[in-house]
Amino acid sequence: MNTPATPSRRHFLAGATGLIVAGLLPKRRAFSRPSEFYQGPLVENTDPAFTPNAYIRIAPSTIPGDSGITLILPNVEMGQGIYTGAVTLIAEELNVDPDQVALEAAPPDDAYVAADMGTQATGGSTSTIFEWTTLRQAGAAARLLLTQAAASRWNCPISDCTTRQGRVLHTPSGDSFAYAELATDAATLPVPKTIPLKPAKDWTLIGRSRHRVDSRAKVEGRPLFGIDIRVPDMKHATVAACPVMGGTPGDMDRDAALRTPGVHAVLTIKNAVCVVADHYWAAKKGLEALAITWNEGPNASIDTHRIYSELHAALAEPKPIIAKSKGDAAAAMTRAASRYEATYQQPLLAHAPMEPINCTIHIRPDSADVWVGTQVPMWARDSVADIADLPKDKVRLHCQYIGGGFGRRLEYEYVTQAAQFAKQVPYPLKIVWSREEDLTLDRFRPAYVDRLRAGLNTQGRIESMEFRVVGPAVVARWEPAGLSPNGFDEDLAAAISITPYTFPASRLDYVRREAPGVVTAWWRGVGGTRGLFVVESFIDELALRAGADPVAYRRELIRDQPRARTVLDLAAEKSGWTTPLPKGHGRGVAVQFLFGSYLGTIIEVDMTEPKEVRITRVTVAVDCGQPVNPDQIRAQIEGGMIFGLGTTLFNEITLSKGRVQENNFNLWRIMRMNEAPPIEIHIVQSTEEPGGIGETGTAAAAPALANAIAAASGHRLRTLPLLPALKGA
Amino acid sequence: MLTVRVNNTDYQADVTPDTPLLWVLRDVLGLTGTKFGCGIAECGACTVHLDGKAVRACSLPVGLLNGRPVTTIEGIGNDPLAQAVQKAWMDIDVVQCGYCQPGQIMSAIALLRDNPHPTDTDIDAAMSGNICRCGTYLRIRQAIHNAAGLSA
Amino acid sequence: MIVLPLAKRLITTAITGLAVTCLTLAACQPATAASPDHPDPATIARGQYLARLADCEACHTAPGGMPFAGGRPFEIPGMGTLYASNITPDPASGIGAWSDDEFVRAVRAGISPGWKHLYPAMPYQDYARMTPDEIRAIRAYLTTIKPVARKPPANAIRFPFSIRAIMIGWNLFNGPSSSYPDDPSHTPQWNRGRTLVEGPGHCAECHSPRNLTMGTSHSHAYAGAITAGWTAYNLSSDLKSGLGSWSDEALNAYLTTGHANGHGTAAGPMAEVISYSLRFMTQSDRAAMITYLRSLAPQPSAESQDHSAGPTQAALARGASLFAGACSGCHLTTGAGRQIDFATISGASTLKDPDGHNLIQVILEGSQLTTDQGQISMPRFGAGYSDGDLSDIAAYTLLTLGKTRPAFDTNAVSTIKNSK
Ligand code: FES
Ligand code: FES
Repeated sequence: MNTPATPSRRHFLAGATGLIVAGLLPKRRAFSRPSEFYQGPLVENTDPAFTPNAYIRIAPSTIPGDSGITLILPNVEMGQGIYTGAVTLIAEELNVDPDQVALEAAPPDDAYVAADMGTQATGGSTSTIFEWTTLRQAGAAARLLLTQAAASRWNCPISDCTTRQGRVLHTPSGDSFAYAELATDAATLPVPKTIPLKPAKDWTLIGRSRHRVDSRAKVEGRPLFGIDIRVPDMKHATVAACPVMGGTPGDMDRDAALRTPGVHAVLTIKNAVCVVADHYWAAKKGLEALAITWNEGPNASIDTHRIYSELHAALAEPKPIIAKSKGDAAAAMTRAASRYEATYQQPLLAHAPMEPINCTIHIRPDSADVWVGTQVPMWARDSVADIADLPKDKVRLHCQYIGGGFGRRLEYEYVTQAAQFAKQVPYPLKIVWSREEDLTLDRFRPAYVDRLRAGLNTQGRIESMEFRVVGPAVVARWEPAGLSPNGFDEDLAAAISITPYTFPASRLDYVRREAPGVVTAWWRGVGGTRGLFVVESFIDELALRAGADPVAYRRELIRDQPRARTVLDLAAEKSGWTTPLPKGHGRGVAVQFLFGSYLGTIIEVDMTEPKEVRITRVTVAVDCGQPVNPDQIRAQIEGGMIFGLGTTLFNEITLSKGRVQENNFNLWRIMRMNEAPPIEIHIVQSTEEPGGIGETGTAAAAPALANAIAAASGHRLRTLPLLPALKGA
Repeated sequence: MLTVRVNNTDYQADVTPDTPLLWVLRDVLGLTGTKFGCGIAECGACTVHLDGKAVRACSLPVGLLNGRPVTTIEGIGNDPLAQAVQKAWMDIDVVQCGYCQPGQIMSAIALLRDNPHPTDTDIDAAMSGNICRCGTYLRIRQAIHNAAGLSA
Repeated sequence: MIVLPLAKRLITTAITGLAVTCLTLAACQPATAASPDHPDPATIARGQYLARLADCEACHTAPGGMPFAGGRPFEIPGMGTLYASNITPDPASGIGAWSDDEFVRAVRAGISPGWKHLYPAMPYQDYARMTPDEIRAIRAYLTTIKPVARKPPANAIRFPFSIRAIMIGWNLFNGPSSSYPDDPSHTPQWNRGRTLVEGPGHCAECHSPRNLTMGTSHSHAYAGAITAGWTAYNLSSDLKSGLGSWSDEALNAYLTTGHANGHGTAAGPMAEVISYSLRFMTQSDRAAMITYLRSLAPQPSAESQDHSAGPTQAALARGASLFAGACSGCHLTTGAGRQIDFATISGASTLKDPDGHNLIQVILEGSQLTTDQGQISMPRFGAGYSDGDLSDIAAYTLLTLGKTRPAFDTNAVSTIKNSK
């Protein structure tokens, strides 16, 4: 099991590849709608605009200060900085100042379906990977056509023209046209077949830290998010679905709800109730007044303990799915001088983005509008069309900024639910879930049990590796066609078969066990996060058993992976890996290749107080290929690391009698400022194709921290979250 | 009808006195800069100023306001300290998803008003009630230091 | 589910000591079927007031359930679970089919139709101090409640506790008193106050220590008592730990709103008493209650046993850090309410108790107080916060905001949980 040398695509949903292959560039699309950031009633924009492809629209504007340039951003912005990245890529080739352009979120449309993703989706740290070439080509194509248009106006050869800051210049005369002045002409020209891109030496934007395009709007508290939407005649609503999966509403006191001041209506669907009111608070009071009794159904007997015991039991499954194998792992295992095995357990996890789930929706007899933050706009739109019994093109979905995604909004069941309620009323409905609803009815990162086994030579070096993964296959529900023919969820190979390590022989098998009573879903880092914890913990155990230094032991295993070695060595050097620490302190290491990027991570902890862990320092070295915006790479690693550290220490969703127990931040603990360690990040200069970054820090957190705890205290924790495991150790 | 004074303007709101200020701001007055995160004063997303102090609007029934003036993120634009804080935030690009940031900024302004040159410890004590799920804490702390320098 | 301290003590005692005397007390009159005539609005209003004084709704409503429809679980360690009955007028599930006399007997004597003896989680021995007329008024009010056709779950009480007749024995010793006549040596206001406190208010049930048979102690009346982690504070006029240090204004504010500046905010069971009962008292009844409480002879509270080395510096530092994150949203780092006075905890009795009983309890269970301005809630903490974390928060809070040296360490919460 070796790493592909230059991985340019993450194996995200590998099975779904090509389900719907994007109409790649060049492509012409007519846009008839104004900004997707809703600011008032929709006005049809009838200006003939220059739209050389799905990402750029240049209006023939003559208003001073208005460039007329709008960029349409294919991926949703949920904090990862992708708008800034996308603007950088287009602007680099279009030769405009990123501050000159207006931005629009892409509507649901086949034009934005990236190859490999199956649908228009933002997730899996794939955006920069997918957009890297596409968006630069989009910018270059537009620039070429604008230059041609100018050249024919001046009646000069193209070579006399250059472009700068949104203008085409006639070099000999010094004359110039703004792009907007050329839009009408350019719109008549055919899009060229080959589009040359700038050589890296000419870049002025790519590779340099740039301010985020959304900083000001966010700092000023502008209404950007789905939850901020206000449309005329809109009413507010909140919902309660049966807290036990599969249950339905039973008795309720509708009169009491309707007597609550400000309440207008009580709506019900199969598994949930919605109270409509003048404002959220009235709706919430109305919901309380309903005092619903739920018919909980058969899942009311489920508790987390049962989920774990089913997973552990499956370790003995005699007929697993053989997912990957290299060499004869079994024979090598038998031949080995010694064998070592360990079992790891990881919990159900909630996403808990800061913006609670919400959806604003207006269904009319002949059309519908939906304002929502979603990572899967086409699926969300299609689901509304389905519920409202409308053709897809009659449903307009307006993508909003998302207040934190982490995979939660790769689901769209909340949009389906909103449509079912909205269909019952003539007015626009804004549904906001309480935080309690958001956590209880989340769709969770699955719980997993992994057993790893190594066959070792007399020096404790690896001869053979066997991995068994037990747990759900998220892809089987999310996009059934994505499941491999043999039933394997390829995502679970991340960090196991996609890894910098070279093992002489190895085998990965999989036992699928779906958790009863919950729906499982993608979660920041997806398979890579869970896989890295088990693999990097296990390698650490093997290193310690062999009496080797954990960094040196790893270095040997990645000897033919120069990029991995570089980040490992850099992290070790910058963290002072070899300098001794006081008693009770310890350092842990993890090295990874995930999402097309390499990370070396060293975490230092202070455990001088027994059973308490204080993270004192985090050092990360990263090679994510060609950096687009180094500062935002740092930001993603910082944030992803803090997200991962908090989760690793504190978080586990538990069920009792079929109900989720952790339903707000008093019970779902989030790392806070006074717990966040200093994090230093070192970026390796690289000209390889860019990799993803948004989830890498999160994946690194758990193994590096668990390894640091083992180094400081001698406690090897194989169960997450770590804090309760440590207290019980 | 209750009268609430927000950003130097008196508004009438037809709500019961137990309605938290947050929902009056967001749903009645349309001031959506103040965010809803938890509803139980655990996250700080709803932080506004009451008499200049940082408070959680989700846990403040409007009936208890008694005419005291409220300032929201929409109403701080002319305050030099607030401008320094917002500039510091933009200078080092603190925001990620940005959802928690109005609350963070309102907390930061209140902190700097009381304590123009806070130490890391002061900042941590004042800001740890504000959750950022995207994990921007390190930049928030730095931006507060920078803002203290800017407004000095 | 909460543990009802009272029921725990009453029932365990009743069974252990007194079962032998069962079945000897069977000389009550059979119920006469009387159909309630249509009561006049004044009677209904009076009944509602009395029902509030007696705090019926708090116990007879399940969390999130319909008012008075019962179903609230009371877990009695070692015995099982009792569920409050449905007292809405539904004939099948509630008390709609009861006659007034049957209702009076149930409330005053603890005997419900069919000769079922109620477990004394229902404080009928105090309610017996209300007149039959008053209880009929309560009945009249309850007939106006929305009927709910839902039976609470059956009590899950283990043998031999499941024999309701066992209660007869208990009643012999601790059982129903009767409305007592006014004491002419005191003012009418004092007498009214005594009726409120000793009767419907049933204050002694929590605030008096128990005697050997686990009835309420008369010799140490209102000296305060601890059960299952919650302390009901000393109500006597003791200057140090009783109401002696409270001003009339503070008492008045506390009984009206659940909060008094410098004394903190009612939490846990007391918050329920304020929410469902005391805040509805008339001004004159409140004044009467204060007059009577002020006359209670001073009783020293039991001194806390300093049984631990107390928190370490590291534990206090952790507590400070956790407090800044989890608690400062409401209490600032100073203990002053951030947005509302209700969250001002400095000065509270809870922060002067070195054992930190109520402090730990409120952290573990949270608290809900209903005021005229709406619900004031403290969330409970757990899950991602370990027992040690919560103990450290409590220790820090006590020391820094209560200026009281904690008599417990990082294991306090685990110890309490294990003792339940
Ligand atoms: S919404 Fe108010 S603190 Fe979370
Ligand atoms: S920036 Fe996303 S929650 Fe703070």
